[in-house]
Amino acid sequence: MSDTHNAPVIAADGTPLKARLARALFRRKLDAFLLVSPLLVFLLVFFLAPIGWFLSKGFHDDLFSTEMPNTSAVLADWDGTTEPTEAHYAALVTDLVETRKTRTIGKVATRVNRELSGSRSLFTSTARKAAKMEAPFKDALIKTKKDWGEIAVWQAMKAASRTFTIGYYANALDRRQLADGSVVAQPEERRIHVKLLIRTLEISFQVTLYCLLLGYPIAYLLATLPNRTSNLLMILVLLPFWTSILVRTTAWIAMLQSQGVLNDVFVFLGVTPDEARFSLIYNKLGTLIAMTHILLPFMVLPLYSVMKGIPPSYVRAAKSLGATNWTAFWRVYAPQTVPGIGAGAILVFIVAIGYYITPALVGGQDGQMISNFIDFHMRRSLNWNLAAALGTVLLLVVLTLYWVYDRVVGIDNMKLG
Amino acid sequence: MTSGPNVDAFVEFERVQKSYDGESLVVKDLNLSIGKGEFLTMLGPSGSGKTTCLMMLAGFETATHGEIRLNGRGINNIPPHKRGIGMVFQNYALFPHMSVNENLAFPLQVRGLSKSETESKVKRALDMVQMGAFGNRRPAQLSGGQQQRIAVARALVFDPELVLMDEPLGALDKQLREQMQYEIKHIHENLGVTVVYVTHDQSEALTMSDRIAVFNDGVIQQLADPETLYERPDNSFCAQFIGENNKLGGKVIAIDGDTATVEFDDGATCKALACNCEGVGERSLLSIRPERVKIESSQTPDSVSARVLELIYLGDHIRCRMDVHGHNGFIVKVPNSAGHAQMNVGETVNLTWEREDCRALDVI
Amino acid sequence: MKLKQLAFGVATAITAVSAAQAAESITVVSWGGAYTKSQVEAYHKPWMAETGNTIISEDYNGGLSEVKSQVEAGNVKWNVLDVEYSDAVRGCDEGLLEPIDHSILPAAPDGTAAIDDFIEGALPECAVSNIVWSTIFAYDTTKTSGVEGIADFFDLEKFPGKRGIRKNPKANLEMALMADGVAAGDVYDMLETPEGIDRAFAKLDSIKSEVVWWEAGAQPPQLLADGEVIMTTAYNGRIFNAAAGEGQPFEVNWDGQILDFDLWVIPKGAPNMEATLDFIAFSTDTQRLADQASWIAYGPARKSSGALVGLYNDGKTEMAPHMPTAEANLGNALVNNFEFWADNQDELNERFNAWLAL
Repeated sequence: MSDTHNAPVIAADGTPLKARLARALFRRKLDAFLLVSPLLVFLLVFFLAPIGWFLSKGFHDDLFSTEMPNTSAVLADWDGTTEPTEAHYAALVTDLVETRKTRTIGKVATRVNRELSGSRSLFTSTARKAAKMEAPFKDALIKTKKDWGEIAVWQAMKAASRTFTIGYYANALDRRQLADGSVVAQPEERRIHVKLLIRTLEISFQVTLYCLLLGYPIAYLLATLPNRTSNLLMILVLLPFWTSILVRTTAWIAMLQSQGVLNDVFVFLGVTPDEARFSLIYNKLGTLIAMTHILLPFMVLPLYSVMKGIPPSYVRAAKSLGATNWTAFWRVYAPQTVPGIGAGAILVFIVAIGYYITPALVGGQDGQMISNFIDFHMRRSLNWNLAAALGTVLLLVVLTLYWVYDRVVGIDNMKLG
Repeated sequence: MTSGPNVDAFVEFERVQKSYDGESLVVKDLNLSIGKGEFLTMLGPSGSGKTTCLMMLAGFETATHGEIRLNGRGINNIPPHKRGIGMVFQNYALFPHMSVNENLAFPLQVRGLSKSETESKVKRALDMVQMGAFGNRRPAQLSGGQQQRIAVARALVFDPELVLMDEPLGALDKQLREQMQYEIKHIHENLGVTVVYVTHDQSEALTMSDRIAVFNDGVIQQLADPETLYERPDNSFCAQFIGENNKLGGKVIAIDGDTATVEFDDGATCKALACNCEGVGERSLLSIRPERVKIESSQTPDSVSARVLELIYLGDHIRCRMDVHGHNGFIVKVPNSAGHAQMNVGETVNLTWEREDCRALDVI
Repeated sequence: MKLKQLAFGVATAITAVSAAQAAESITVVSWGGAYTKSQVEAYHKPWMAETGNTIISEDYNGGLSEVKSQVEAGNVKWNVLDVEYSDAVRGCDEGLLEPIDHSILPAAPDGTAAIDDFIEGALPECAVSNIVWSTIFAYDTTKTSGVEGIADFFDLEKFPGKRGIRKNPKANLEMALMADGVAAGDVYDMLETPEGIDRAFAKLDSIKSEVVWWEAGAQPPQLLADGEVIMTTAYNGRIFNAAAGEGQPFEVNWDGQILDFDLWVIPKGAPNMEATLDFIAFSTDTQRLADQASWIAYGPARKSSGALVGLYNDGKTEMAPHMPTAEANLGNALVNNFEFWADNQDELNERFNAWLAL
C-alpha cells in the first residue's frame, strides 16, 4: 500500500486514500445490508421476537400482580409466616371485586391453583360474593370460606405475586418454590420432568445410533454404486420425505399393532402363538422404530454427500500399503466420514429431541417424550409458563450438547453437503 | 514371447485379457515381462489400457483371462494388501486425516513393526525425499510437489520390491514435473527397486525409463528402450506418438533388401529403410524426424525440393513448415548455429536425409 | 405476479361486498366424526336453509388453547365452539368466552321458559348445553360375553386382554373407585382425600400393564374393531354409531357411566355476533335437540325434547333406550363434578402423567 506510514496516500481527487476506501466499502456494506434486511426483519418479527416473548414466560409471570395490584402490594411486605392482618384481607376483597367485574378472576384462580392445588374454587366462589362484603373483611371472608384463614392460601398468593419467578423452572426440574423462596423437591408421585428429560435424551441417543447403524451402509452403497442405480436407491431413501408424517406413522401402526401385518406373519410362521402376540407399538419400542424410520434420511443425506467426496483411491492406497479390508475401512475410510457422521448425528439428535407427533401416536405410556408434555401444557392445561420453562430447559440441553460436540469433534468438522 | 514362466522376469503378464462389459476388450492378449530393478514405463493415450494393466498388477482389477506373475508366483488370487507392492497414485491419495509421519507409519504399523523401527524407517524415508522437516504437517498443509514426495516416500517406506506409479506427476506444473522426474529416477537408481510407471507424457517416459511399453487400443505397440523407440519406431503409431515426426504417404514400387522405393502421389520417388511395409504395390507412410532433415545449398540427385511456407523463431532452432510433394505440414528444424542457412517464406529449397532416417512404415 | 395480486384483491373485495349484502358466514367448531355429522344434520343444515347464512364446520380435539391464542391475538375466527363443561366454566372465568343472555333461548312448545326447560346446571354463564353424553365402557359381543358391570372392566383375571382407556385422569379415577366398590354418591368425597386418590390410582395400577391409551373419540370403536382391545372406555354415542350405523357387534355397559354436558360457547370478540347468537338459539330449541338424537345416541339437554326423540336415522332403531339419561341406564351413574376437576386437574394431571410415565 503505502511506502511510508506517516504520510497518508492521496487519491486522485485529493482526498486521503483511506477515507475514499472506507467510503467505497461503506457503500458496499450498506448494499449488502439492504439486501439481507428483508430477511432480517422477517426473522426478527416472526421468529426471534415470538420465541423470545414465549420463552420469557418461563420466568416472567405478571398475571397476579397485574390483576390483583392491591393484594400484591400488601403481600410484598408480608413476611410469609405471620398471621395476615385486616389490611391484607381488605386489599384482597377490593381485588376480588375488581377481577370479578373484569372477568379475570378465573385466570387469577388458575394461577394460584398452580401453587396450591384445590384453591381454584375458593377464589371463583368467593369473588361472586365479594361485592356484597362489608368490613371487617377478615371475618367476612373466613365466614364465607374458612380456608381464607389458612396461611397456606396466603403463601400461595405470595408465591403467585412474584413477577419474576423461578417457580416454573423449579417445576420443570421436579422441584417447587415455597412461599419463603426456598426450592424443595416435589413429592415423589409428582416427579416426572427430569425422568422424562432423561428418557427423551435416551430415546434420541438410541434413535441416532440406530439411524447411524442403518444409514451408514446405505449411504456407502449409494456413494459407490454407479449413478443410475444410486439415483433409484436415493429416491427410495427420500420417499419417506415426500410422505406426510402422519401417514408414515399410521402405516407403522398398521404394520406393528398386535393384529398388524408383522404379528400376523409371526403367528403364521409359528414364531409366537396367537394369544401372545408381540407388543411392538404403543410403547418405547414403537417410538424407536417409527422415529428411526422417519429420521433415517437426515442421517443418510449428509453421510452420502461426504462419502461421495471420498475418492476410491484412498482405500486402494491403504490396501496397497498392506491394510486388510477392515483396517482400510476403519483407519482410512471411516475417519474421513466423521464429518458426515457428525452432521447426520447432530441433525437426527436435534430433530429427535423435539419430536412429539410420533411418540404421541405410537408411544403409549413409556414412549412419551418431553415434547409431549410441552404440547400437553400448551394445549390442554394452558400452563404456557411451564411449557416455556420446559422448552427452555430442552433448548439449554441441546445447546450444551452442541457445545460439547464442538469441543470434542469441532463444529467446522461438520459437513452438511 | 513364449509361454511359461520366464526365469529372469520379476513381473510377468501372460496372455492377459481384460473386459469390463463382456463385449469389448480393454486389454487384448498382453504379454510382458519386467526384469528385477527395471524402470518400465507404460506409455499411451488415455483409454489405451495402460492404467488397467497397472491396476491388475496392483490387484484392484482382476484379469478376465491370463496370468500375472510376481517373482515367478501367480498373483491372480492374492488380494492387494498381500502383494507387497508400493503404489503412488495420480492424486497422491495421502490420508488427509493423518499427519505426514502417520501416513508413512501406516504401512509399517499394519505390518506390526515396532515403534522404534517404524520411527527410524519413517525418518529415513522422509530424508530420502528431503522432507524431514515436514513430518508433523497434514497433507493439506503441503504444496503439490511436497505431497508428491510424501506419496513416493510412503510407497517406498516398507521396502517393497516393486513400486507402481500411476501418472504421479500429472498434477504438477511443468518445471516441478521435470525436477521430480529426475528425483524419482535417482531414487530408483539408488534403491534398485523395480518400478512400473504409467504416463501419457512421452517426454517423461523418455527421460526416466529403462524400457517403454507403448500402448494403444489394448495392445503393446512396441516395447523398447527410449533410444530404440525414438530412433527406430516399429510402426507409424509409435513414430507419431513419440517425438515429432514428418509423415509422407506413398506407394511402395520396389523393395531391394532393406531398401524400399516409394512413389509419392505427385510421381516423385524416394528411397527409404523398409521396416514395416506390406510389400510392393501397397501404400506406406514414410517417417522422418524433423531434426534429421538437412537443407542443401544446391540440388543433388537425392535431394527433394520444398517450398517454405512458414518460419517460426524458437531461439535454439528455427522451425520451418514446408510443402514437400504435396504435403504442406512437413517440418524441418534448422539449428540456430553460426552460419545456418537463411531462408525466406515462398522460396524453394533442397532437402536431403539419410536413407536410414527415412523409415517406411505401415499406414494408419 | 402483480396482476395476480390485483385480481386476488378485487376478488376478495367483491366476495366481501356480496357477503355483506347477502348472507353471513359463521364458523362452528366441534369434535369431528359422527358427532359433528349429527350436528350438521340436525342444526347446521336447517339453520342454513332457514336463514340463507352459511356455516363453515371445523374439527378440533378439545381444550381452550386455540381459543386462548385467538382471543389474546385479537384475531378471533371461530364463532361457536362445542366444549366440555370444565372448559366452558373455566373459559368464562378467564374472560375467554362471551357471556350469553339465556333469555334469548326459545321456550319449550308447552310454554315453559328455557331456563326451566334445560336440565339443571345445563346453562352456566357463558354457555348453552346441547347434549348430555357419557363415558361408558363397551366391548365386542362376539369376543366377550357375560360382562356384568364396571368391576369386570378392571378384572384381568375374569376377562384377560387389553383395555382401551382415555389418556386423561378425568372419568378414569371415578370409574376406578366405582369398580372398587365405592358408591356413586361417595366418589367425589373420596377423591377429595389423598387416600381416595391413592385408592383410585391403585385400582388403575392393577390393569396398567394391559392398557392401550386413546385420545380422540374416534379411536375406541376402531381399537375394538381391530381387536386391539377386548374392552374400552368410550363416549357412548361413538359406540352406538359404530353398532347401529356400521353394524359392529358392540355393546355398551352402562354400569358406572359418567354423565357430562357438551355446550356451545362463543369465543370473546367473535365476529357476526347476531348470526352467532341466532344459531345458538336455533340449534338448542326443543325440536333441534330431539332431531340430533336421531343421528347419535346423546341425550338432549332439554327436558321437553325427551318426548320427541324417535327413531335412529336407519328408521328402525328406537333411540330412547340408548340415551345416557334413559331411566334404565342410570342405575349406577355419576354426574361429572366440574368444580372438583377445575380445582384439582393440575395436580391430578401431573400425578396421572407421572404415574403413566413410570
